[in-house]
Amino acid sequence: MILLDRVTKTYSRRGPALDRISLHVEPKEFVLIVGPSGAGKSTLFKLLTREEKPTSGKIIVGGIDYDRLHDKDIPLLRRKIGVVFQDFKLLLNKTVGENVAFALEIAGIPTNEIKHTVPKVLDVVGLKGKDKNYPLELSGGERQRVAIARAIVRQPKILIADEPTGNLDPKHAWDVITVLEKINRFGTTVLLTTHNQEIVNKLRRRVVTINDGKIVSDRAAGQYRG
Amino acid sequence: MKNNEHRFITLERIIKNGVISFGRNIWIAIAAIAMMAITLTILLFAIVANATFDHTIDDITSHIDVSVYLKDEVTEQQRNDFIGQLREIDNVKDVEFISKEQALKTYRQQNAENQDLLAAISETDNPLPATVVIKPVNPNKLNSIKIFLDKAATKELQSDPTSYSGDRKAAIDKITSATRFFQQAGIVGIIVFIVISMLIIFNTIRMAIFNRRDELVIMRLLGATPGYIRGPFVVETMLYGAVAATISLIVVSSLFAIASSTLEASSLGLLDINYSSRFFKNNLWLILTTQITVGILIGAASSAFATRRYLKLHR
Repeated sequence: MILLDRVTKTYSRRGPALDRISLHVEPKEFVLIVGPSGAGKSTLFKLLTREEKPTSGKIIVGGIDYDRLHDKDIPLLRRKIGVVFQDFKLLLNKTVGENVAFALEIAGIPTNEIKHTVPKVLDVVGLKGKDKNYPLELSGGERQRVAIARAIVRQPKILIADEPTGNLDPKHAWDVITVLEKINRFGTTVLLTTHNQEIVNKLRRRVVTINDGKIVSDRAAGQYRG
Repeated sequence: MKNNEHRFITLERIIKNGVISFGRNIWIAIAAIAMMAITLTILLFAIVANATFDHTIDDITSHIDVSVYLKDEVTEQQRNDFIGQLREIDNVKDVEFISKEQALKTYRQQNAENQDLLAAISETDNPLPATVVIKPVNPNKLNSIKIFLDKAATKELQSDPTSYSGDRKAAIDKITSATRFFQQAGIVGIIVFIVISMLIIFNTIRMAIFNRRDELVIMRLLGATPGYIRGPFVVETMLYGAVAATISLIVVSSLFAIASSTLEASSLGLLDINYSSRFFKNNLWLILTTQITVGILIGAASSAFATRRYLKLHR
């Protein structure tokens, strides 16, 4: 589902942020990417969403070879991957319902279908009846669940979440993780970056540890000591 | 078919989102519209002032003419030949003949209250010469007329020197060179003003979009195409332009309405307020459509340009 082959990303005047990383993620896997701040987790995330191009190496996601990707196809790629960010990245001028609907609107989904789908997805993330609220009227955990609803509404095969619990208290963090596990059970491959030890250790999923831009360990049902 | 339908849905959503966004960002909209309205108003005033000034200049130059005084013994035949030849000169717009009798009549009307002056002239002893008044097309180029009038054959017919010579010629020259300067200055002024207005409006919209750059970046990360992201912003700023243009027209027309009803003295130096008001009324539809089109176009172009830097797909 996700394949990285000796991927390096170097920013000018600094050492490589990612150094010859190779990673293979199977369909329907739930993978945690862990490591201290500055280890290269966010860089990996940006390479997968094609916000940035690798300096060298090969990336294939969902059968799409990034080397053969034209600029005009980047929006299409981004619609195929569900993304969740630490800072939620919600459109504050739009209601919860509109934020989720936006992901479908840009794909040209007919309005009737959007009206039918959005409440269902809000129900999945536990936000039934909040569709008319604006993001700033919600708690942090609720906002993150709106972001997850927006990411999964198109039923992507892959969901990548960059520190989705980073700004949340433990209770809300667990709410978010529970939703992600649920989505994974439905068959979506989930890639989650975090440095929250408690979450990693309780989840008992595959853990890939990155430090100084290199993969230092890759264990099934792994543990992490941050 | 499917493709067309998709396009239609997209267009519909872009317009709808633009209008909704206009309402939800009403304070940014008000600030930008106010700025645009002020700029468009000043520009509109400058254009009307320029037109008025042109009118004043036309008015002055249309009063510049060349008077040729004929000897009493010139026959009707000679006179008609002379006028015919004059009409053939390129720079001659019109030739008018004033007979001795008409000249006397005009003189009497002009001096109706001065008995001494009236007594000095009687019909039997009329010292006023018959006059041929030449209206030039371009008062700056009287040379062709002068060459013709200075020919020996035409000199023969004239009782007195042609009236453009001497002091009046110098005055005419001064007026014409001044008008040329003012016309050119007017055009340069308008161009400078248009450029400044564009920059102000562009910058206002740029600021409005800078305030909402996060929105653009988020939409991009979710996989919206640049066109789909930019569209609603363009629609929104087109609305700014249309509203600002309408406000500026309302302001200007009410100012003219007030000015023409309160200002008794209708002329401020070289600017004839009545003419400005008339010009504005006569060209209202042209001004209205131009102003709104310009407002919409500047709005659209500015936002299309200002959103560019936030829509780069990757680094």
